[in-house]
Amino acid sequence: MILGLDVGGTHTDAVLLSSSGIQERVKVPTDPDDLFKSVLSGFSALLKHTDPEQVRRVVISTTLTTNAIVQKTMAPVGMIVSAGPGIDPEHFRTGRHYYAVGGSINHRGREKAPVNEMEIQDIARVMQKAGIEYVGVVSKFCVRNPSHEILIKRILNKYFKKVFLGHHVSGNLNFPRRIATTHLNASVFSLHKNFFQAVEKSLEEMGITVPIQILKADGGTMTLSASMIFPAQTVLSGPAASIMGAIPHAPAGQDAIVLDIGGTTTDIAFLVDKTPLLEPVGIRRGQYKSLIRSLRTDSKGIGGDSALRVNDGKLTIGPDRLGPAMAFGGPGPTPTDALVVLGLMDEGDKDKAREGIRQIAAQLSMDDREAADHIFRSCCNIILKKTFEMIDRLNSKPVYTVHDFLEGYKLSPAKILLLGGPARFFAEKIEDMYKIDTLAVPESSVANAIGAALARTTCEVSLNADTEQGIVTAHEEDFAEPISKTFSEDELVETAYTLLKEKAENAGADPDNIDEVEVVEFQEFNIVRNFSPRGKIFRTKMQLKPGLIKGYESVLSTNG
Amino acid sequence: MLKSSHKTGLVFFPAFDWAIDPTHPEREERLLYTQDQVTEEGIFDIQGIVEYKPDLVTPEDIQRTHFCVPDERTVTTESHLISAGGAKAIANAVMNKEVKNGFALVRPPGHHSMRVSHGGRGFCHINIEAVMVEYIRSKFGLKRIAVVDTDCHHGDGTNDIFWHDPDVLFISLHQDGRTMYPGTGFPGELGGPNAKGSNLNIPLPPGTSTEGYLYVIKNCVLPVLEEFKPDIIVNSAGQDNHYTDPLTNMNFSAQGYAQLTSMLKPDIAVLEGGYSIEGALPYVNLGIILAMAGLDYSGVIEPDYNPDRLKQSVSLTDKIKKTTDQIMGYWNQRDQMREAAGTPGDILIRHREVFYDTDNIFERQKEKIRICRDCGGSFEVDSKATPGHHILGVHIPINACDACKEKAYEFYDKADKTKYHKIYLQDRPKDYYEVKQ
Repeated sequence: MILGLDVGGTHTDAVLLSSSGIQERVKVPTDPDDLFKSVLSGFSALLKHTDPEQVRRVVISTTLTTNAIVQKTMAPVGMIVSAGPGIDPEHFRTGRHYYAVGGSINHRGREKAPVNEMEIQDIARVMQKAGIEYVGVVSKFCVRNPSHEILIKRILNKYFKKVFLGHHVSGNLNFPRRIATTHLNASVFSLHKNFFQAVEKSLEEMGITVPIQILKADGGTMTLSASMIFPAQTVLSGPAASIMGAIPHAPAGQDAIVLDIGGTTTDIAFLVDKTPLLEPVGIRRGQYKSLIRSLRTDSKGIGGDSALRVNDGKLTIGPDRLGPAMAFGGPGPTPTDALVVLGLMDEGDKDKAREGIRQIAAQLSMDDREAADHIFRSCCNIILKKTFEMIDRLNSKPVYTVHDFLEGYKLSPAKILLLGGPARFFAEKIEDMYKIDTLAVPESSVANAIGAALARTTCEVSLNADTEQGIVTAHEEDFAEPISKTFSEDELVETAYTLLKEKAENAGADPDNIDEVEVVEFQEFNIVRNFSPRGKIFRTKMQLKPGLIKGYESVLSTNG
Repeated sequence: MLKSSHKTGLVFFPAFDWAIDPTHPEREERLLYTQDQVTEEGIFDIQGIVEYKPDLVTPEDIQRTHFCVPDERTVTTESHLISAGGAKAIANAVMNKEVKNGFALVRPPGHHSMRVSHGGRGFCHINIEAVMVEYIRSKFGLKRIAVVDTDCHHGDGTNDIFWHDPDVLFISLHQDGRTMYPGTGFPGELGGPNAKGSNLNIPLPPGTSTEGYLYVIKNCVLPVLEEFKPDIIVNSAGQDNHYTDPLTNMNFSAQGYAQLTSMLKPDIAVLEGGYSIEGALPYVNLGIILAMAGLDYSGVIEPDYNPDRLKQSVSLTDKIKKTTDQIMGYWNQRDQMREAAGTPGDILIRHREVFYDTDNIFERQKEKIRICRDCGGSFEVDSKATPGHHILGVHIPINACDACKEKAYEFYDKADKTKYHKIYLQDRPKDYYEVKQ
């Protein structure tokens, strides 16, 4: 038996799965002031008829860290950054306790200026006096050589509860994003730790002793202990849960669009052969950019409760939400009211809905039904237009090699999968309007919890071998080993695979589910100085792709 | 949050899988460290910086600029098409006003590639700026364009392509040809009879430092541009003037490059040479990008930068001032020089020899141009390459007068088919290209 639980903004959804399908499904209202209570009530409701001993796996996705960021309730933390030449690091300031210090590492990972230990000591004392408990340390090019970060941490250790280092965040380059991500880790750490330790304790009391897995933004899972190193990875795992829940219904060998139509927003994502697309660098939401691996999703301000207006004789939908539909006691007309008027939806107060739609119809000089149909079509149009714009953007992304330019994969979706409350009303209309095979995912209202329950562990390793300097490194994994001049591509890939497996197992992966390995990037360069070869640089990234654990997918898709 | 003062476009095409040969300076590794630096700095996350995918140039795009012998396919590889396509993508973004200015960081480079291209010269097969300039003129109807070549080597290819064109001002700053490939680019090389003074070559002595470069920009390039009033300014941004470049002997710095860019304000910059791939390129490119985006670049300083060691001597400064005065003198006399070059309607003949160091080809040219006061003048070029082909190329300039158009068709129709492997016609007013075998 597997338990999956997703704490959403309004509802907490939970499912209990067995190899023959869904055993229990539960929806309880989320109490935003007490997420812990929401989690526990979800679990208690689910386990009413089941012996906790039978539970083999528990996966939780919550908005805990996301809320903390949005509501800015994070604890103040300190940041020490060493930049060296380049853009003034003052631009990346994270808060009051932000210190740019000396020391510099270059792009090859060579030290160009040492750390000033006295400077660090002084800053440590100032921060300690100010009551700072957690500190992040980031140096430019630490991905190539983390020695400055490690040295600074050694100095800081005695002053603070925990010190977070930039090179543990990602093998990718991007100093500003690394600063933001390390800061996030330090900021949400105590909240994350207290919350999940409490959850773990409560589940133990209920009789569940298997380790808890937590869903990450990239649609993969990790164990509670692994999450302590990088708690910010749980940010925005909500959209990931839904996308993962759509996978059982995606066509094999083809591309699919996933649309999660909510009240306020619609999340758009893509699956290629049942595998979701990832953000190339990290989560990016408006101004906020990080190195947190994440599924590629875009959230657009249109949903069932979007505010309807008429400006200069033209209908606009969203991007804001004034409240629920008028049919459900809201202040103004929404697309949901149009669905009620059209007779597609049975719930709600029909008269109220008609009253709302009539306001719009009058301004558009249409009758009620005509206006409702126009609203519904416009809604579908806007969502699909945004989706196709996103596909265009994806297909025009820059390339860095001749090979990529010529062989670049072009996304061309053959199917649309709809999730969310109003999904089933939209499916037929969209299929009719766009002639693309469209399916409202069965069990769509708990697909997010199913996605969380079935997500397998994901991880990525980045290796850099430099035969001139005689070293292969994966600093994110605290790995560095000497190599000979004759180090080869095969040796690199083998090393990467070993590290990946180890990392996956440490993150709680089931050994049966770590075969979806993929080399995402491989580059090889000759290092030449004064016209003679000095060595080679090899770079590779290898990942465990996001996807579902084995043994359940077929059960779910045939159910549908 | 970092935000540029206006929108700046970037095309980044390092061609990580293309090289002339494994140890060649123009190889896969060349933009690797630049990409590392630019990525680590988070350049592509800066609000206002827009990254574009390179386009691909078509044979038609190349045919506006070159006579490729025997044809475009043979002379180019995909990399060349993408590299020139990178410049084209930036041109589109700038001309369509999606961005205020843009920088194409692409390889391979192009500025040694001449109008007739039998193969590779100085790592160049097709001239990526020239292909872009002709694209801009045909697609967007711009008339006056300035190309400022700041590569350490003389931009002899661009110089050749716009030699007879009074509407394209070509200015090249480079290390003195007596000390450096390709051995040309002296002050007296001023353009063809109809375009005298629209080619300005400014040779600089070895050891020229930031002070010298910025002096020339301020006292020569900017005043000339001011008077010429181009519709757009293109910078062939070669980065081999850097004090660490292994192929050259200059003392320019990343700060200097960034300042030069701020002063010149190019609408489009296209990367050319630059072979100090580890010590210079990452910093120079970063400096140029920040300068183009109007962002603070004061922190972009090479780790080993020592201004005292790079100071230029007083005698060198004097030499540079003298060259600058000489060039300004030529510029101010350009109208008289064009008058003196010949009588309209006359045909002027020029013989040349061109060596292709990359592909080891030797080419002899005989060029005939019609003297004209109304347009750039049509010309034919008879080109024989060993090993290789014997061809005739006829060019009608984009703004050609009727008399020159007529003359060009006379060149083309009268050409002896038995004498040439191919006869080419480049009709720029009609944007048309034809080949007879």
